[in-house]
Amino acid sequence: MNKIDWRRAINYFLLKDFLKGFKLGIKYFFRPKATLNYPYEKGPISSRFRGEHALRCYPNGEERCIACKLCEAICPAQAITIDAGPREADGSRRTTRYDIDMTKCIYCGFCQEACPVDAIVEGPNFEYATETREELFYNKEKLMENGRKWEKIIAENIKLDKSFR
Amino acid sequence: MDFSYGFGLILLITGQCLLITVAVLLSLAFLMFADRKIWAAVQIRKGPNVVGVFGLLQSFADFLKYIFKEIIIPAGSDKVVFLLAPLITFVLSLIAWSVIPFNNGWVLTDINVGILFIFAVAGLEVYGVIMGGWASNSKYPFLGSLRSAAQMISYEVSIGFIIIGILISTGSLNLSKIVLAQDGSYGIFSWYWLPHFPMVILFFISALAETNRPPFDLPEAEAELVAGFQVEYSSTPFLLFMIGELMTVVLMCALISILFFGGWLSPIPLLPDGVFWLVAKILLLFFMFSMVKAIVPRFRYDQLMRLGWKVFLPMSLTWVVIVATLAQFGISGYVRW
Repeated sequence: MNKIDWRRAINYFLLKDFLKGFKLGIKYFFRPKATLNYPYEKGPISSRFRGEHALRCYPNGEERCIACKLCEAICPAQAITIDAGPREADGSRRTTRYDIDMTKCIYCGFCQEACPVDAIVEGPNFEYATETREELFYNKEKLMENGRKWEKIIAENIKLDKSFR
Repeated sequence: MDFSYGFGLILLITGQCLLITVAVLLSLAFLMFADRKIWAAVQIRKGPNVVGVFGLLQSFADFLKYIFKEIIIPAGSDKVVFLLAPLITFVLSLIAWSVIPFNNGWVLTDINVGILFIFAVAGLEVYGVIMGGWASNSKYPFLGSLRSAAQMISYEVSIGFIIIGILISTGSLNLSKIVLAQDGSYGIFSWYWLPHFPMVILFFISALAETNRPPFDLPEAEAELVAGFQVEYSSTPFLLFMIGELMTVVLMCALISILFFGGWLSPIPLLPDGVFWLVAKILLLFFMFSMVKAIVPRFRYDQLMRLGWKVFLPMSLTWVVIVATLAQFGISGYVRW
């Protein structure tokens, strides 16, 4: 017959572990809560945060993108589709089509790293859930609009990150 | 007995039934909320706090959500049994409330076998789980219901023996008489928890196992069985299962406070007795139930069975013998009739 570990047996019957756990539970019960009250308060976001994409413009309103297609080439999920052609106004080479399939995108940030003119960037926005899948197929207009909307924060973030690039 | 008298009686009983049902269900909504809040607080979370003031109406929002969802009945299931199972769980846990004395004389049916009735109803409750698991015609529910059957039966045995100890002391199966037998001049110290001390804890733990609460929630252990017998349930049937289970938990709290903590009696001799003491005791015990859920890790199945058969059963059996001996020799505190 096995030898009885009396100390363990006594602790078992006195519910020592339970009482210890209960004490700890009560201690945590009155701790200030760690919960972030999400829609009303938000956590800090890094300047390198990779969220929703945006196509940026120069301060004079000229679009940055020169249709080099580096982002399309590097995209590991093949989420970017670009068609290029001469612009009607001045005949310069521009994108006639710039689509990102946000359902394919893996938010790796390679596109913004590949971009030589900082045109395509991933902004700080992550709250763009939609009700239909189709709404997540972004075209050039949507991306340009994002660029206008988030330009201020994006410019700031790029400036903050400049010394590391 | 003329007709109008009989009709009035029926109306009165219906009114009383409705009163108890509404009161229990309404308090259940807030107890469920309290359960979630306590659980959250121990884990340093805030818990539900959006619906209503402090999130107090969360349970009602959940209720509406469950009601408006689609009832999905699996193609391979036995439809009648499948829908009968949650009804059984719900109705049985509601029926048991009819013999709970809320105050001196405040009891729907003051039958002399009250405790036996509750025990019988609690024993039948395992059918809801078994039928639910079996009728789903699916693996996990089936395994969950098998576990549940074994678990509930094992712990009912020791609960039965603990109750026998109380019965020996009181000499009655009537719940009101059990409470009145604890009415002494020492207030809190004349209740049964003191003479029957180790059995309070045993009963509490058995009640946890009996109601499938953590740490004995093996029938629905989500880590291994997804949700056990509830897997195939959705919408209102699931709601009935959930309400039924929680109602049994509150019933067990009420039963513990009646058997061991003097029901509606006040803990201090000078203060008046009343229904609020019972409510306070139920709330305190429910807090304990919630804390246990928050702090104790789930038992393994063999540990559960070992605890039930090799620890609780011998202990409660020995206790019956001890209480019977003490009562035979008329030791005060153990014999009160």
